[in-house]
Amino acid sequence: MEPLQIYERLKVRFGERILETSEKKPDPFAVIDPAALVEICHYLREEPELAMDCLSNETGVDYKDHVAVVYHLFSYSHRHGAVLKIKLPREEPRVATVEGIWKSANWMEREIFDLVGVNFEGHSDLRRILMPEDWPGHPLRKDFVEPQEYHGISTVRESPIVRLEQHKK
Amino acid sequence: MSDATEPALRTEEMTLNMGPQHPSTHGVLRFVIRADGEVMREAVPDVGYLHRSIEKIAEKVGYHGFMPYTDRVDYVCAMFTNQGWGMACEKLGGIEVPRRGEYCRVISTEFNRIASHLLTVGLMGMDIGAMTPFLHALREREMINDLIEELCGARLTFNYMRIGGVAWDLPPGWREKALAYLDHLDPILAEYNALFSYNKICIQRLANVAPISAEEAINYNLVGPNLRACGVKWDVRKDMPYSAYSDFEFDVPIGHGEWGTLGDSMDRYMMRIYEMKESAKILRQALTRMPDGPVLAKVVRNFRPPAGECQVRVESARGDQGWYVVSDGSGYPWRVHVRTGSFAAMGIIQKLSRGLMIADLVVLIASLDVIAPEIDR
Amino acid sequence: MQNWIDSLIAAGEFGKHPPRDLVYAAFILVLSAVVFLGVAFPFAGIVSWVERRVWARIQSRVGPNRVGPNGSLQWLADGAKHVLKEDIIPDEADARLFKLAPYVVVLGFVLPWAVMPFSSALILADLNVGILYFTAITALTVVGVLMAGWASDNKWSLIGGIRSAAQIISYEIPAGMSIFPVVLITGTLSMQGIIRAQEWEPYHWFLFSNPFCFVAAIVLYISALAEGNRTPFDLPEAESELVAGFATEYSGMRYLLFFFAEWGNMFIAGALITTLYLGGWQAPQLSSSAVVMNVLQLLSFNVKVLFLVFTSMWVRGTLPRVRIDQMMSLCWKFFVPIAFINMIGTAVWVAIWPDGNPVAGYVMFALGVAIAVLFIQRVMYYLKRSRMEMYLHPTI
Repeated sequence: MEPLQIYERLKVRFGERILETSEKKPDPFAVIDPAALVEICHYLREEPELAMDCLSNETGVDYKDHVAVVYHLFSYSHRHGAVLKIKLPREEPRVATVEGIWKSANWMEREIFDLVGVNFEGHSDLRRILMPEDWPGHPLRKDFVEPQEYHGISTVRESPIVRLEQHKK
Repeated sequence: MSDATEPALRTEEMTLNMGPQHPSTHGVLRFVIRADGEVMREAVPDVGYLHRSIEKIAEKVGYHGFMPYTDRVDYVCAMFTNQGWGMACEKLGGIEVPRRGEYCRVISTEFNRIASHLLTVGLMGMDIGAMTPFLHALREREMINDLIEELCGARLTFNYMRIGGVAWDLPPGWREKALAYLDHLDPILAEYNALFSYNKICIQRLANVAPISAEEAINYNLVGPNLRACGVKWDVRKDMPYSAYSDFEFDVPIGHGEWGTLGDSMDRYMMRIYEMKESAKILRQALTRMPDGPVLAKVVRNFRPPAGECQVRVESARGDQGWYVVSDGSGYPWRVHVRTGSFAAMGIIQKLSRGLMIADLVVLIASLDVIAPEIDR
Repeated sequence: MQNWIDSLIAAGEFGKHPPRDLVYAAFILVLSAVVFLGVAFPFAGIVSWVERRVWARIQSRVGPNRVGPNGSLQWLADGAKHVLKEDIIPDEADARLFKLAPYVVVLGFVLPWAVMPFSSALILADLNVGILYFTAITALTVVGVLMAGWASDNKWSLIGGIRSAAQIISYEIPAGMSIFPVVLITGTLSMQGIIRAQEWEPYHWFLFSNPFCFVAAIVLYISALAEGNRTPFDLPEAESELVAGFATEYSGMRYLLFFFAEWGNMFIAGALITTLYLGGWQAPQLSSSAVVMNVLQLLSFNVKVLFLVFTSMWVRGTLPRVRIDQMMSLCWKFFVPIAFINMIGTAVWVAIWPDGNPVAGYVMFALGVAIAVLFIQRVMYYLKRSRMEMYLHPTI
């Protein structure tokens, strides 16, 4: 099935929970209501004609006015995929976890929590995965400012070109 | 008769740290192991020692400038990451790669696949204690490195591909050397199997260690040889053909569990040996049937793909990498995300490690072919 | 030897009325020092260089070839380097046990040289319980390894030490039981006695005297590999799992002493098998001069022992490591029953043919030769098939 057909099926079943679908540019996606996330994912997984048994990719993207989480789903039995997006407010982004549906979400949601700052409710083990546990801030946000030092180690370094110029003088 | 009984022997779990520096974790990984003697209760992985914020760097260096950084995402099989980034940008920008360029891409990636698998099977040998197969595998890998050095100048981080094709054409005489190497590889693989893979001790160490069922593998998003070893016949090159793969005939080996259980470490290990043979088949076909023409499409210097997003899947040596690129119409990508096979494999180690012995944890990591830079990016 | 010392005392070399025991003790001390320091330690050092060259050729590379002619002084350079290194003792470690452990392990390797039968006259102490002394002393390594593992205050070292103790103790049993067939046949525990009961012709060796002895020799060889912590049984120092096992926290010369013990153990294990099953120093009677005969016998002994040492290195370069539970099941479920059967079978054999059965000797010898010929044929076949020309003409 083509992705657009899958989104039509979802629209038929869930109505206004599907907020918008986009045409091919180049990959079509469907934006859904965050509150209905778990229900829709459950339906996508259990429905025999869709059978999305694999969460192939989960990404957090920081648009300047909101934060989006993008789910790439895939079905090994039917060889088709779909893309779901949810848009969350930037100050306190929180959404339910899909770990109960696809176990691969465990580590991917930890990464999104670490780098973008989205809080996944119901996650079994939500802690930072790539950054150290006491790192301040969420690095992949557009307004992230790197701290000047971490545990006494300075993160600021003079540009080597500037130092070379000074050395030449 | 007192009724105070002898206190039972107090036993405790040992908490061990298979630290970031260790001779056998594949890169800088750390495991906190709770063990009861030799048998583990659980091994909790701790990653992030090799995090270089490559995804954030992409937002600063632009589309063309990001190509060398993709080599470092997985430096053992750098051609695939190059190809993934190239394909994502081409999909966004609507660029078509010339046919000869696609063939060059296939040839370089398949050679890289053989090199990466040789490293993996050699490392499996070394982790079990047989140093000799490791050095034999590396000897073959050195020959591939020499070939690729002649092709693009680098042995590890190639930066060979560009958006729209590859950087340089095949040098004169390279095709004959490559074919000679392929003739040399087949009996070497048989010799390698006789020395190591079919050795009774190796089979004893690898068979029945941490079998993964197909449903579990799909649920945890295992990809590549790990998934095929569980019996799922899925290969991005065959099922969602990209580049020039639809021109070639090759099989997709899957695991059958003939040495132990289906989806155990022996299956995952043997997958890589079979895949090397299939790669050799593809390479022979590609090298003999190369079309003529340019290798690089014309792409403007300040490449500004229209706003949009796309996902591209590339069958790398470690599984299918998903490249997700969001563009906002400017010359710099808005968001780049690569979901690698090793990241998914790490997620399953904690669950599989319950009840394994410490010696088996090493075998498990080696059979899942986990490479640290891919996890941390 | 004792007569010679007595003649020296009688000739007045040591003063008027020397205390006999003191003179004997002095001689023992000097000779032991000569053997231990002059033969045992250099042997352990040289075998480390030989092992690295043999390994390297198996792994298709070269090995140390810079220091000295063909790298033969590499072991001296390594020894000097280790001596000059900083001696690090971890803060929380038990310092006394930590320092004592390498010496206990080295004791276990050095003391058996006292009963090494190099030739008919060259043996430091021809004890009439030589074999028993031998097995008793080689068990000292267990104590040393456990001390090293515990005193290092490092969980990985502890695991390595305990694995090693379990391994050595378990494999003592098949090793001991594989010594019994020979003792049953000869009726003596003395090394020279066992060697004298064999002839120099291979079909008169105990290896071929009856099929049970053949299997017992193989079991003994494998158990000796396990006792010496050699691959495929080198779990205690499993480099890819436990860094260096029980020797992780050691640096400098203390670290090297553990490995001296391992390399020297190869020789001792080889000497044990040579004495019991391969005819020891027996050599054909080519001359009537005792000196020439002794030299020939020394040569014969060393060739046999060094061949077994070479096979140890060969096996180490080829096979992977067994896991601890597989190793234990191998010992208790396979080797112990097989060793028992060998013992009982030999006892029955000796009861039926008390003076040995030469026909069986010839048959077993023919079998052994056939196996060796088949093996060499297979090696030649694989060498021909592996297409060496690619290595001679590289691509670039």
